[in-house]
Amino acid sequence: MRRFLFAFPALILTMLLASTPAFACGGLIGPNGAVLLTRTTTFAGYHNGVEHYVTAFSFAGGGGAFGSLTPLPGVPSDVERGGDWTLQRLIRETAPIKQFAPAARSALTADSVQVLLQKRIDALDVTVLKGGGAAVGEWAKEHGFRLPPDAPEVLDFYAQRSPIFLAAVFDADAAAQRGQNVGDGTPVHITIPTPNPWVPLRILGLGKLSGEPVDADVFLLTDRRPAMLPAADRSHGLFVEHDAAATASLLNDLRADKGMSWIPQDGWLTKLRIAATAGQLTYDLAIDASGQGAPSRIAAGFGTSTPPVVPDDLGLIWPIALAGGYVAAALALLVMRRRQLVTA
Amino acid sequence: MIRALVIAAIAAALLAPSGAAAATQTEIRIHYSHFDPSIITVPRGVPVTIVLRNDDPIDHEWIVGTAEMHARHRSGTEPVHGSRPTEISIPALSTRATVVTFADAGMLQMICHLPGHEQYGMIGIVRVVP
Repeated sequence: MRRFLFAFPALILTMLLASTPAFACGGLIGPNGAVLLTRTTTFAGYHNGVEHYVTAFSFAGGGGAFGSLTPLPGVPSDVERGGDWTLQRLIRETAPIKQFAPAARSALTADSVQVLLQKRIDALDVTVLKGGGAAVGEWAKEHGFRLPPDAPEVLDFYAQRSPIFLAAVFDADAAAQRGQNVGDGTPVHITIPTPNPWVPLRILGLGKLSGEPVDADVFLLTDRRPAMLPAADRSHGLFVEHDAAATASLLNDLRADKGMSWIPQDGWLTKLRIAATAGQLTYDLAIDASGQGAPSRIAAGFGTSTPPVVPDDLGLIWPIALAGGYVAAALALLVMRRRQLVTA
Repeated sequence: MIRALVIAAIAAALLAPSGAAAATQTEIRIHYSHFDPSIITVPRGVPVTIVLRNDDPIDHEWIVGTAEMHARHRSGTEPVHGSRPTEISIPALSTRATVVTFADAGMLQMICHLPGHEQYGMIGIVRVVP
């Protein structure tokens, strides 16, 4: 039976910034430590044991360079320029343009880092690294990244599960020379053979204070409704915005884009929105690609511990509190009765 | 935010057992951008050797002093410290040692003033006892 799954996080990338005259966009950290809240879009997919990421690095103008680190679930077999309309088509699918009347129509732990792959894509220098959190952090620092104070813990969080990272440095000067306008993105398609797909989400909060907002989109396409961990609810800042069979027109359009011939014939499309604080975002998104409904706790970043359960609806607290009160009152009555019996 | 962190650190220092031994040699480990221990007790008027071990792959600072001195550092422009025994830069994955003689008893703050580190919680207390 064919099994496939796509996961598209809108902004898997993020984060770290070159210390040189730096400029940032989409969730990157600015030179003065300020976090810019622009949203970027990323697509990741899984089909027949191969995960595909397509993400865009947007040109925000200015000069210098900025970079990002993306944790990956495995060693990529290829990194290439992404298609031209995949990301836009996905956004359009789940947020269709409103139709008006025609007249009104409008708009691991390792001691050192191993460089596995290096590639230049337009104005982007992409490097795939293998190494522990400390080693990757040291490499990034040596290559001009300015790591925020939470980076050591976050890099270890990922390296313990998969010591593979993708470092991307965007050369804004080269982008300007290429005639790229502010807001233009360079899509990158990463192909990762892995039996265990997951979408890195915690890294979206890198460099942000606990209460700062993280806003991103995650698209999933599976041959059935996907099983995910954590559950989409308010306590995780994770919300389902689209949940339906993928349309043939979407799949056809995606398949027609560059490097996207692997898109299957049918599937189930889910769109998740992340509207969390950085402090809430302590997890990644694990997806069960086997169809057995058992997403990995380890892939979600929960390890072997129990994930935090917070009532989604504050209204639930009162029934729970009332029930607890009744139990306590019942126990107190029992104790009083016993004492009366003993005294008698 | 920073004020709350400092108040919390001082409160923790005040709540710590007052009988804690004042050491003339102590090691502070820096891990995940936090001081460990976050409260140290040292004797007044005696040279104290403080070993600062940075286990993180990023640079840190250990700057100890009064609230007024830290206020100056927050807007300071010195990229590297090392000429004063109470102001030490500790490069990534390295260890530095300093010898400090604290003249007066009381509470001092130890803080990393690299961008964002103090806000992240890289704050501690040096308790100087008679």
